[in-house]
Amino acid sequence: MTPLLEVRDLKKYFQNKGGMLHAVDGVNFKLEAGQTLGVVGESGCGKTTLGRTVLHLTEPTSGQILFEGKDITNPSKQELRRLREQMQIIFQDPFSSLNPRMTVSEAIMEPLLLRGGMKKAEMLDETRKLMETVGLAERFENTYPHELDGGRRQRIGIARALSLKPKFIVCDEPVSALDVSIQAQIINLMLDLQEEMGLSYIFVTHDLSVVKYISNVIMVMYLGQVVEMAPADDLFSNTSHPYSKALLSSIPVPDIHNKKERILLHGEITSPVNPKPGCRFLARCPYAAEECNRPQTLEECSPGHFVACCKYTEIK
Amino acid sequence: MADNLLEIRNLAVEYHTDDAQIYAVNNINLTVRQGETIGIVGETGAGKTTIAKSIMRILPNPQAKLISGEIFYRDENILKLSEKEMRRIRGNKIAMIFQDPMTALNPIEKVGFQIAETIKLHNKISSVEAEKRACDMLEMVGIPMERFSEYPHQFSGGMKQRVVIAMALACNPELLLADEPTTALDVTIQAQVLDMMRSLKEKLNTSVVLITHDLGIVADFCDTVAVTYAGEIVERGTVEQLFDNPSHPYTLGLFGSLPRLDSTERRLKPVRGLMPDPTNLPSGCRFHDRCPDATDKCAEVAPEDVEVAPGHIVKCINAVGGAV
Repeated sequence: MTPLLEVRDLKKYFQNKGGMLHAVDGVNFKLEAGQTLGVVGESGCGKTTLGRTVLHLTEPTSGQILFEGKDITNPSKQELRRLREQMQIIFQDPFSSLNPRMTVSEAIMEPLLLRGGMKKAEMLDETRKLMETVGLAERFENTYPHELDGGRRQRIGIARALSLKPKFIVCDEPVSALDVSIQAQIINLMLDLQEEMGLSYIFVTHDLSVVKYISNVIMVMYLGQVVEMAPADDLFSNTSHPYSKALLSSIPVPDIHNKKERILLHGEITSPVNPKPGCRFLARCPYAAEECNRPQTLEECSPGHFVACCKYTEIK
Repeated sequence: MADNLLEIRNLAVEYHTDDAQIYAVNNINLTVRQGETIGIVGETGAGKTTIAKSIMRILPNPQAKLISGEIFYRDENILKLSEKEMRRIRGNKIAMIFQDPMTALNPIEKVGFQIAETIKLHNKISSVEAEKRACDMLEMVGIPMERFSEYPHQFSGGMKQRVVIAMALACNPELLLADEPTTALDVTIQAQVLDMMRSLKEKLNTSVVLITHDLGIVADFCDTVAVTYAGEIVERGTVEQLFDNPSHPYTLGLFGSLPRLDSTERRLKPVRGLMPDPTNLPSGCRFHDRCPDATDKCAEVAPEDVEVAPGHIVKCINAVGGAV
């Protein structure tokens, strides 16, 4: 079966004063229909750029993007317009991603209006259905975003993304700005929608407990590169890359009886501008050795579990 | 009361705007012992930061109104002190770390100078000595002292937060108020900063009030916890009591909302509904309209504190003294 989305050796560099900033550097993955790919990593690791590049919100420097088996790396303007119906995004910040001068129903209706081909009454009807789907009461129809709390605003963002019945949604930290109880409500909503509509998600986040919860496969990124990729449970039970290990051990767990050993990293994140060819984690890695100065490639260490570290067998 | 460093009694704070009154903190009681680390947990708008600002006496004036209450710091009611007397304590005996390291530093002053400024203000020492102590503080938080003369924009987020911590600890405060000190940081950097705060706290025997929304950090860092909801403390106790036997329905809801790394469940069990509007709080128990166990009585009667176990206090009429 062709995967819904396939990305091959995707690169996105930004020209900047000091040289080339390698935001996304040689990323490969496949996303099957109805599945969720979690992308985790810290600020500046390229996870947001990856999501945006896949959607052509920024153009890739090189590499290939296939959607339902079709190459969409260099789409024409019309093609891109049609693609956008299939591929949507939910943004991180529900406060700045909505037009403050549009009412809730106007905001949700806008994609339908832009696509065209629907009567006003049909669109209004559709908008009401969407509001119901995402759990927004009808009385909010004519309110403005500033009158609503973060959770409800994020529901508007989700309704907008769903309005054209996409197959695939990039969720860029959709719950990071929300309080835990609201966060849980939104995650449950997203899981329900996935089940009902067979949606595929790329779920970009820095919150590892959320990502484990929602993903089928998780990809750990560090400075533009994938350092480890594995099925969600496998990644947590069988962590192989030294960076993933440190990252997982850093999550504070709300449990007072099983305190785990923390791996504390030292040093700061190296600059993504003109990086050296070797392992990018080298400067902070407790296992660094001579051979780490060579470029690292992703190797399959167990079925479906990939790791980019030449020393992973020794570390285990 | 001898071993209580800080005691808050019946604190109530309101914010007044042109067209509304916001009930931010409603009759809170809290004590902090010498060397204790207490976590204040709650969601946005629960009044956590207002509590910290009341202790520091830096509530926005004139919007904030202190309605009632006393805050005793070493048997002295600091709410009664003159501004001049308060300045002797603020930044010296009681220091605060703010949430956002990006805005807590002066962008046009060298970081070392900003630390030295605090030291000079509270100690009668020369500029040279103050700068030397500032260098020591930088080293203590793991920043090489060669960076004394750099500006905040030359530091990463984690390092800026360490500068803020160095500044807060520069005068060896007895009480440190940390308002979401690691929320703006990445997890691996958060782990570094928390670890550093822990060792400094042990070295200097500082009491810490840690404000956070992350129960994971509380489990890891605190001795006691207070859970806030709509300006009230709904449950408090030791970390063991609260995590092993959470008793207030809201606390249970908070735990249910957390995606757990060790769980295989496919659905979270969040608290339904939304935080109440602080200008128009519900009658009776503030939580009754979201509470799964609410009875008719909950909408009428404001619950009293019930001590379910020694030191474990729950504000719920369904809680029974001794057990739940």
